Amino acid sequence: MSIFVDEKNKVVVQGATGHQGVFHIGEMLAFGTKVVAGVTPGKAGQEVHGVPVFNNVGDAVDETGANTSLVLVPARFAKDAVFEALDSGIKTVVTITENIPFHDAMEFVHYAKYKDAVLIGPNCPGIASPGKSKIGILPGSIFLEGNVGVASRSGTLTYEIVNSLKEKGIGQSTCVGLGGDPIIGTTFIDALDAFEKDKETKAVVLVGEIGGTAEEDAAEHITKYISKPVFAFIAGRTAPPGKRMGHAGAIIARGKGTAASKIKAFEKADVKLAKFPTDIADLVEEYS
Amino acid sequence: MKLFEYQGKELFDKYGISVPNGKLVKNEKDFSGLNFPCVLKAQVPIGGRGKAGGIKSANDVKDAKEKLSQILGMDIKGFKVEKVLAEEKVDIKKELYLSITLDRSKRMPLIMVSGEGGMDIESVPDELIFKEWVNPLIGIQPFHVRGVISKLKLDKEDRKAVAQIISKIYKLFREYDCELVEINPLIISVDKGVMALDSKVIVNDDAMFRHTDIVPELVELTPLEKDAKEKGIAFIQLDGNIGVIANGAGLTMATLDALTHFKGAGGVFLDLGGTDDPEKVMQAFELMKKAKPKVIFLNLFGGITKCDTVAKGVKSVITKEGIDCPVITRIKGMNEDAAKEILKDAGLITATTLQDAARRSSDLAGGA
Repeated sequence: MSIFVDEKNKVVVQGATGHQGVFHIGEMLAFGTKVVAGVTPGKAGQEVHGVPVFNNVGDAVDETGANTSLVLVPARFAKDAVFEALDSGIKTVVTITENIPFHDAMEFVHYAKYKDAVLIGPNCPGIASPGKSKIGILPGSIFLEGNVGVASRSGTLTYEIVNSLKEKGIGQSTCVGLGGDPIIGTTFIDALDAFEKDKETKAVVLVGEIGGTAEEDAAEHITKYISKPVFAFIAGRTAPPGKRMGHAGAIIARGKGTAASKIKAFEKADVKLAKFPTDIADLVEEYS
Repeated sequence: MKLFEYQGKELFDKYGISVPNGKLVKNEKDFSGLNFPCVLKAQVPIGGRGKAGGIKSANDVKDAKEKLSQILGMDIKGFKVEKVLAEEKVDIKKELYLSITLDRSKRMPLIMVSGEGGMDIESVPDELIFKEWVNPLIGIQPFHVRGVISKLKLDKEDRKAVAQIISKIYKLFREYDCELVEINPLIISVDKGVMALDSKVIVNDDAMFRHTDIVPELVELTPLEKDAKEKGIAFIQLDGNIGVIANGAGLTMATLDALTHFKGAGGVFLDLGGTDDPEKVMQAFELMKKAKPKVIFLNLFGGITKCDTVAKGVKSVITKEGIDCPVITRIKGMNEDAAKEILKDAGLITATTLQDAARRSSDLAGGA
């Protein structure tokens, strides 16, 4: 098993004919992902690596049975693309696009919930279940099939950590890049719940960052609901404090959001913390 | 983008929210048409200006002129005061707090209102700050407004005025893609109704393309940061002396953390992002050189990014222009062996692990 994606996902790529689209359709096909369609308005009839391109998601779904979308369109068109996917019956939407206005993200995150769809991202590298499917821009070479689930708010840092797991022979069930934006669809809590239920996953690695309270929320959730061992790394222990969001930011955070607060919360939840990103692999190895 | 108080108040005015009569003043003549006493307020994109002497009252034109000369050019937490807003003084009956911001955990706009507005709002206990979350799919509804104002001790007329302001602020928050709209204090005046005495408005940078009426001012950036922003490179200057170049924000932050662990200190934070375009790498390296770090630490993980392409960019800058500080590199991922050869060839130090590289960089920089 795995979480969120496996060999049953049939992927339509929105923004298929751009530079990124063409490159990553090739990479995904090489990984074994079932990429069945591309969408670029006005480009129906073209092919990308043999994958047919349609004018809209509805046509792609009708013709190919696509059930999953990868959104690669530019930021200002991303809201429209996600809404189109959701309204065409797509149940898993992976949004890679960065710099999406957060009011747009807020709207489509809630619409996805209303449509009972899984939304991953935005501003994320995507998701991969090794041996099954990879939906996104994660490099295929870093993965190995196995039993560790990875959920991360970062991009390259995830690659680094997953790669170091692989070098120790530790495989992964699913690696999900949740995205670095303030507003994201799938959260640490959603990923933890899914990993807890997944029989194949024996341990979970979380890669967090300063800002927001996602790590503190996750820690609280782990104490209450997660029985599998959890390992974590938090980036930004020495980063400069972010911009201040008026008094309102301070009132909501009430001291949360800093690396110190996140580390304390994870320690309290019995999560094993790594000092360096590459140490995570050592911690997992020691445990198993 | 953080707006100045006067820019925020222009938006308030556009949305029908009362603000005191006032205008930007540069000299004595500008005070014509203003009634005294008035208040002069330094326009800086940072809080705490009152305590720093950036707000002064004036009783007449002569007094105002003198106070203006004191405030203009003043340095408030690193920001030089270039604009001053003069406003007619309003008699205050009660100070409230009102804000709408983004709640990241709930992924919804959050309305907060308190009857205890003013300077010390952050120490007001949670039970005296009334909150309502608005699902963006339905937008603000009367029940949200009732939810926050029913708990305020106000008479009927003031309550109605505050309710209207909450709806208007939400509209502004939504239509201008704001991260924050904050009014502290929102006042019940003695004779002029309910008014916004201050404004804090932050517009989401990613949505600025929809708001061409707002003129962006890059006041919070250093000259090098401004240069970087124009080139589309993520670049932040810090206090230390080690220049960090990495790809991806998370990896860059983790690199700074590793340096701190070995008593080094990051001086510049340069995130190459997903690029391996040699041109962009060259631009980034040139920016880094201008920041004059004692050591440069290049930490790269090649996933999709090809390490050797980045290495080629680095090598061409160094062979063309030379470099006057040591460069420690740590390369991992796609085409790492080829990249290491290129960098060695350029005379750079290649370390094997992140820890090793961080330790050597910190030692060469001579500690924090």
